[in-house]
Amino acid sequence: MKLGVLCSGGKDSWYACSRAMEKEEVACLISIRSKNDASYMFHTPDVHLVPLQAEAAGIPLVTVETDGVEEAELADLSRAISIAAEEYGIEGVVTGALMSVYQASRVQRICRDLGLWCFNPLWYTDPEAYMERIIASGFSVIVTGVFSAPFGADWLGRNIDREALAELRRYAQSDRITLTGEGGEYETLVLDAPFFRQRIAIGEAETETEYANYRGVLKITRAELVAK
Amino acid sequence: MILLVDLAEKPGSLSRDEYVGPVARIIAAIGYEWREVHFSEITAAGITDADGIVLCGTALKDNAFAERVQDLVWLRDARVPVLGICAGMQALCLVFGGSIRPAVGIGMTEVRVVQPDPVLGEPHTFTAYELHTFACEPPAGWVTTAVSDRCVQAIRHPDRPVFGVMFHPEVRNDAVVERFCAICGPAYLQ
Repeated sequence: MKLGVLCSGGKDSWYACSRAMEKEEVACLISIRSKNDASYMFHTPDVHLVPLQAEAAGIPLVTVETDGVEEAELADLSRAISIAAEEYGIEGVVTGALMSVYQASRVQRICRDLGLWCFNPLWYTDPEAYMERIIASGFSVIVTGVFSAPFGADWLGRNIDREALAELRRYAQSDRITLTGEGGEYETLVLDAPFFRQRIAIGEAETETEYANYRGVLKITRAELVAK
Repeated sequence: MILLVDLAEKPGSLSRDEYVGPVARIIAAIGYEWREVHFSEITAAGITDADGIVLCGTALKDNAFAERVQDLVWLRDARVPVLGICAGMQALCLVFGGSIRPAVGIGMTEVRVVQPDPVLGEPHTFTAYELHTFACEPPAGWVTTAVSDRCVQAIRHPDRPVFGVMFHPEVRNDAVVERFCAICGPAYLQ
């Protein structure tokens, strides 16, 4: 079955993509660029790097822009999925939804209306095992946004390795964050995945950090693909 | 051991992690052993050591199980508690002589428990996640234990510990699966 993977550039999209690649054919990625930072559906600080990721993975990309107005943005998502169905013949959509009924049910409805399958391979997965799998299977993931106490500015750009995971576990205990960032406590960007042909390199001079009161983003102004 | 039956159209599908995995996680968290099998691969010998059976849900577009009910007739003779979730409840209906009709439900819905029930508890109202293309017309004699504005949400066999829920308890209603596990095993059946 040909599938399109909804891709925000973060760990959940790309891990869901890897699961889909193991079982079916991933024909394209589908990316929504929202102008609204507060969108519940589509918000990641560095979604503009998805085209570079798509190139690294060798997977075609369909991108649609949205104003990010609640519910109206769903029409933009539907349009993007329709384009993917027309251009790449996808029969289903894959999302990286973990526990968000809000996101999952809206994508389910769009797929239902378009006559497409909908898959959420990370749905209610065990957070601990999932985070371990990401690290163990060779994904390179950095934090590009923090939106909750107790995250400090030093988390921006930090690689999610075992040491970072141990710290996230402590935060989950002390501050009740979700280990996976499902509650919007942090956002991530994938720089490399086992199936990427090249990896993304970011120079320190090519980032800008905005941070105050436990909220901040890492804005990556330039990145490039380099050999693995 | 609780046996999880995958009702997806093929074994090892991309849907497995979405509909079998979360149920397995709840069962493991309360200390029960579990095993999974695809419905096309199940045998009478394979279920003899199960203390209970859970029929898991499927993707919205996946209704292959409804066309292969002959693969599920063994349920009529199951002598352990059975819990059918969504597609699993639809399968129970079809196997025991009920029917299904088109009725789409996606998202959170209000479920009203209308009969005291071992897996749902006393009559009360709660919110639950539903994801279905069809609704059930229960088999004759079965007890309707919960409803929503849209459809029958839970049923029970009149004489045996066989239950169906249309909503997905693995999403925000773990207690339903936990109560089911608690009644599995010889103590309950005696």
